[in-house]
Amino acid sequence: MSRQRDNYQQSFWRKFRQWVDGEVDTLTAERMESAAPVLQPETAAPAPVPQPETAVPAPVPQPETAAPAPVPQPETAAPAPVPQPQTVAPASHPQPNGAPALSPVTEGRGLRLYNRFYQIMSVLLCMGIILVLLWTIAYLPVFGNAGNPDNNEVSARYIEQGLKETGAMNMVTGMILDYRAFDTFGESCVLFIASCCVLVLLRVDTAPGENPGKKKHGAAGDPAQVHLPEQLVDDRIFEPKNDIILQKCATVLVPVILMFGVYIILNGHLSPGGGFSGGAVMGSGLILYLNAFGFRKTERFFNEKVYRRITVSALTFYCLAKSYSFFTGANHLESGIPLGTAGAILSSGLILPLNICVGLVVACTMYAFYTLFRKGGI
Amino acid sequence: MTLVQNFPFFSIIIAMFSGILSSVLTGKQARNLSLAAIVVTTAMSAMVLAFCLETGQSYTYMMGHFPAPWGNEIRAGVLEGLTALMFGIVMFLSVAGGMRHTFQDVEHSKINLFYIMIDLMLSSLLALVYTNDLFTAYVFVEINTIAGCGLIMIRQIGRSFTAAIRYMIMSQLGSGLFLIGLTLLYDVTGHLLMSPAREAVAAIEAAGSYEIPMLVILAVISVGLAIKSGLYPFHSWIPYTYGYATPTASAVLSGLVSKGYIFLLIKIFYRVLGQENVIASRIVNVLFLFGLAGMILGSVHAILERDLRRMIAYSSVAQIGYIYMGIGLGTQAGMVAAVFHIFTHSATKALLFISAVGLYQVSGNKKDYVSLRGAAYRNPLAGLGFAVGSLSMVGFPMLSGFISKLLFATAALQSPHKMMLTLMGLAVSTVLNAIYFLRMVITLYRGGEGAGAESGEPGVQRAGETSGVRDPAARRAGETSGVRDPAGRQAGENSGTCVQPAAPYWPARLAVICFILLNLFLGLMSQPVVQAIADGLAMFD
Repeated sequence: MSRQRDNYQQSFWRKFRQWVDGEVDTLTAERMESAAPVLQPETAAPAPVPQPETAVPAPVPQPETAAPAPVPQPETAAPAPVPQPQTVAPASHPQPNGAPALSPVTEGRGLRLYNRFYQIMSVLLCMGIILVLLWTIAYLPVFGNAGNPDNNEVSARYIEQGLKETGAMNMVTGMILDYRAFDTFGESCVLFIASCCVLVLLRVDTAPGENPGKKKHGAAGDPAQVHLPEQLVDDRIFEPKNDIILQKCATVLVPVILMFGVYIILNGHLSPGGGFSGGAVMGSGLILYLNAFGFRKTERFFNEKVYRRITVSALTFYCLAKSYSFFTGANHLESGIPLGTAGAILSSGLILPLNICVGLVVACTMYAFYTLFRKGGI
Repeated sequence: MTLVQNFPFFSIIIAMFSGILSSVLTGKQARNLSLAAIVVTTAMSAMVLAFCLETGQSYTYMMGHFPAPWGNEIRAGVLEGLTALMFGIVMFLSVAGGMRHTFQDVEHSKINLFYIMIDLMLSSLLALVYTNDLFTAYVFVEINTIAGCGLIMIRQIGRSFTAAIRYMIMSQLGSGLFLIGLTLLYDVTGHLLMSPAREAVAAIEAAGSYEIPMLVILAVISVGLAIKSGLYPFHSWIPYTYGYATPTASAVLSGLVSKGYIFLLIKIFYRVLGQENVIASRIVNVLFLFGLAGMILGSVHAILERDLRRMIAYSSVAQIGYIYMGIGLGTQAGMVAAVFHIFTHSATKALLFISAVGLYQVSGNKKDYVSLRGAAYRNPLAGLGFAVGSLSMVGFPMLSGFISKLLFATAALQSPHKMMLTLMGLAVSTVLNAIYFLRMVITLYRGGEGAGAESGEPGVQRAGETSGVRDPAARRAGETSGVRDPAGRQAGENSGTCVQPAAPYWPARLAVICFILLNLFLGLMSQPVVQAIADGLAMFD
């Protein structure tokens, strides 16, 4: 009925069964434990295998052929008198076609070669892409030519009727906050979500002393993560303190910068500028103030609560106002928002308040980025 | 204009607004708001779909007071409605299914940030589906990318950080190429809205001017979006991203995000560049070949993988390959098959990720084959879900994967030059899929870890050997669950110890059941869906 097989160890059927069971991957001839290299010493020790003559009990980490990653254990373990460390693994779990681990020397050389190849190929690829794009530019319409395709009815209407339709002297503002306001809302949300991501990454929510309560797997095994908050809080030691020159300069400059930012935002529909640029100016003013006078003074008027309130109310206003405008526009209703006289500060309908909203969001985001990188909180 | 026609706009704005509001809410409130927003937008998408099916045509919706070439615009048709509905359902079930893990993996004070990401991800997906404007598409691609990074790294362990960095670099490369493509396109057409741009492209093609820029535009946009969706040679970020993020994030990223980009690519092919121009430029052949390579090599990688979640992630590479192969066939039938496979894959892959969580959760959070042995007995519903998902991916009849493979094969018969390659690719890839998925299913339904000496049949030697292997493994599982005290204690409060069967948690169970039903629905009632896809694609022109 069945054939007698002497070497069941090497038979195809056994390999297949082991592969299905997940014990051994015949394709790579390695054991299927994910965490094998780290925990191997502990597992190998209790296995009922008689240790070789020099029975040094467990503390010395036993290098094995089975370890998938080339752990640099052999060198470190060399001083210990363990002449034949390889016997443990094959005895407890026999390797069907045990592949000898690559020696560190060949491994390193292969890696170096691969790295060199990788570098050369990536440079070549980049050069190729640059060449293709430059080559394409040669075939594009000449810049600034009157007959270009982008010189069409779209830009004509923006230029000719922009003032009448949006009420904004600054054509660019009229375009981004009225004609294409949906995109600009998207852009503000890009800033919002970017600051949320930085909050996720850098905000330190646990006080230095207490153990991070709800840390995830791996946190306990990794001492670096536990110490992280302390370091971040101690970071404040390195802050420049009471630099007279900086403080005097800031006293003069910060009000001017902030006023200039406000001017750019409020005049966004009249002159070059607008929410994005004005907000950036205001944000840099806040950062300068922070650098000169430190966190304690800044936190009196700008902390996370203020930041959140400003961002949420600005974005909410933007969202609601523009939703109203979109809804009326799409359903061909009158929006009933007066455009005012062109050139006056209170004109051009929703553009002024929207500029303020965008400016606030940008200023808060810039400031938040800076403080999060500095101290892990706003 | 009826009220229903406003719904695409409403659903985008509701999703964004709930994201904005979530930043001042607590974690639980943010979660509830997020779930509510997903339900409302999904219901709206369903109504849009019903409306478009009823009227039999698509419509555009002005975002503001200015008509098409000047102001922003969105567009809704049968295919948009169907995709949005599908995305909404998968999003809801993924969020519900991974909810408990979200609360474990994410730091307590940052849970509302997680749901901000989810909300904005939803809004960006809806906007990518509905948009009729190239620059709007780019803005929401950006939101999508940043939200994706946030979802990956919010778990805040070392591997999720490196995964997020990988994802960010590759994704930014894709976005950059996409943006270069849009800039060049604007330069030669002068339009950013899709419909006028289409006319300009038709004029250019008729005049025969700008031949090389058009080719470069096509290549750059295709490659950019292919990188972002993880087509084969650009797949290196996928296993890390899907493997180490929190389960909801993995399900959303693999099931929806990459599909959003593919949908956008299809939309640009049809509505801007013109499908016949795309086929004439032979770029589809490149996509076809890369798709085939992805089908085979993704599966090979999955076979070599030991970690359950990374295996599923590599399987995603293969399935993305299927979709691009369908697009690369260059026929209407191929495109229908590709779109259907988008739905299949988003339903199935999210199911696999959600049920995989249930499986390794009862196996001491270990994801290798030995530890997972018998896991299906410890968590029967998750085991069933995983089995159904695997069978669907392999192409078992009655499940959605079968229908998409059938559609691919039928489509292949209509394109004579690519028929043999496609059929062979399908056959090889199916066998490879079966190897790793069925192996995992068999492992799941074998005797459990506790049943070390299951029987004497396999031979004394083997039994002794395996128990030798298993004992330390079991002890190690105990040790690690003791070491990881915060997580272990957290799980302990809910469900006893780590290795015990998890206490029933109804959202996850509900999610798995609904995903199974969705799969069965796509598999058994595929005809109306396929018909709707074909109608929707016809409306694109």
